[in-house]
Amino acid sequence: MQFGVFSVGDVTEDPTTGTTVSEGERIKSMVRIAKKAEEVGLDVFAQGEHHNPPFVPSSPTTQLGFVAAQTSKIILSTSTTLITTNDPVKIAEDYAMLQHLADGRVDLMMGRGNTGPVYPWFGQDIRNGIALAVENYALLRRLWREDVVDWEGKFRTPLQGFTSTPRPLDDVPPFVWHGSIRSPEIAEQAAYYGDGFFHNNIFWPMSHTQRMIQLYRQRFEHYGHGAADQAIVGLGGQVFMRKNSQDAVREFRPYFDNAPVYGHGPSLEDFSRETPLTVGSPQEVIERTLSFREQVGDYQRQLFLIDHAGLPLKTVLEQLDILGEEVIPVLRKEFAALKPAHVPDAPTHASLKAAAERARELETIEEPTR
Amino acid sequence: MKDKVIAVVTAGLTTPSSSRLLADQLAAAVRDELSGRGIGSRIELIEVRDHAHALTDNLLTGFPSASLREVLDTVAAADALIVVSPTFSASYSGLFKMFFDVLDDKALAGKPVLLAATGGTERHSLVLEFALRPLFAYLKALPVPTAVYAASTDWGPNAVGLRARITQAATELVAALHNETPTQADPFENPTPFEDLLNS
Repeated sequence: MQFGVFSVGDVTEDPTTGTTVSEGERIKSMVRIAKKAEEVGLDVFAQGEHHNPPFVPSSPTTQLGFVAAQTSKIILSTSTTLITTNDPVKIAEDYAMLQHLADGRVDLMMGRGNTGPVYPWFGQDIRNGIALAVENYALLRRLWREDVVDWEGKFRTPLQGFTSTPRPLDDVPPFVWHGSIRSPEIAEQAAYYGDGFFHNNIFWPMSHTQRMIQLYRQRFEHYGHGAADQAIVGLGGQVFMRKNSQDAVREFRPYFDNAPVYGHGPSLEDFSRETPLTVGSPQEVIERTLSFREQVGDYQRQLFLIDHAGLPLKTVLEQLDILGEEVIPVLRKEFAALKPAHVPDAPTHASLKAAAERARELETIEEPTR
Repeated sequence: MKDKVIAVVTAGLTTPSSSRLLADQLAAAVRDELSGRGIGSRIELIEVRDHAHALTDNLLTGFPSASLREVLDTVAAADALIVVSPTFSASYSGLFKMFFDVLDDKALAGKPVLLAATGGTERHSLVLEFALRPLFAYLKALPVPTAVYAASTDWGPNAVGLRARITQAATELVAALHNETPTQADPFENPTPFEDLLNS
């Protein structure tokens, strides 16, 4: 099982001090968080892509490339890459490039983006969100898998004899997750290709998450990629921890009460009950996270949101220390003990490369009999 | 025949409220009308005020709390609806609208609805035709022709007229109930096959 953190990259006033970091400080703090995540033994750092304030990460591969140069183990991912408004040709190139620089420590999570005005800035229309995700991703797959592509579709200019450069590292395209909160079509897409499906459940009741994951698992099996319980599932989580539960609640409450998305709405207690938000001791976070498995089955990736709503960098780094020292080691052990042998781990560059090599060997062995 | 489920959504603010009083009389008239035709009924009464905080939370978070979810599901599953709003600033109240803002926009499609409103004076009575009826037309519900407005005087000197309107509207709602309400396809039960998405 992979554990990591994902950052939306918001610049939000710290409600306890009234101070707001600059864009530059926020960008650098995201880098610091990624490096710290590796130091404390996490497996994944993922970041969002946004093209509107108050968010800074408009150029994820620039940032992830910078992180790649300063890390050696952690997988760099996205949460999410906008498959709707980005040109799939540019995604193919940018992430193949990043793969080479990061020695394969790269995967992506595709998402549509939920803000109407962003689409026309990139020549698109949010009403075509699903159709864009379907067509653009179909092209992206071909660009990574075929050296020369002839292509024509509805949303971008046709391609004639086009080669996306550089080719993916070792001819192994990055593993792709599809993230969607509400759209069954995206669960269907992930299942069709046998890709991963990530449900960012942090703002949603688990009953809803369960439905989306169940649909993805059923359709994964339907399309012949394996049994339903072998589908590749990722979940979000949102935590804030202190040694004593009450201290965690006291410290986090002003951030919660003023947070973007849910601030000035439900109480911290109500929201903790309705969603995966867990504010308390490391033990409470361990128990809550283990309970996700009971709801959606054995899953492969758990990403935590720990750095939004104006929380100072120092606090976020402390959270990473707690995760690395007290939470993740226990979760690793517990999840591993519960996972049946036939349930796979999340694919990595190494595992995909090995699988590709095995497939090629089988082909050469079978050749003479044809 | 299965009992008909009538959901009553009333958005009065005081206890008791005239909206609730009107809601109760409408529900009783519909129940009587159904039983006159040998049809049983179950009335599900929803006081929107009881869910005021949950509605605000839903608008801010994008999902209903577990208890509000139950209420929304009850409305979506009902055979018909009676809705009652007080008249505020030439329209339905904000609280009334919030309820229908968080309800799934397909939940009322094809569902018979009895529209009703209350106010201090009968000069506001066209709120039913200019505010409530377009809202429910937009939601693809089937509002019955007679909508019922009750002003302060309707509870006293004009009670006979109000009673007649209530009976007329109840009769129309029950008549509309015989139409089949279309059931919504569940996208989780029957997902669009991906080949269709690719080729569309």
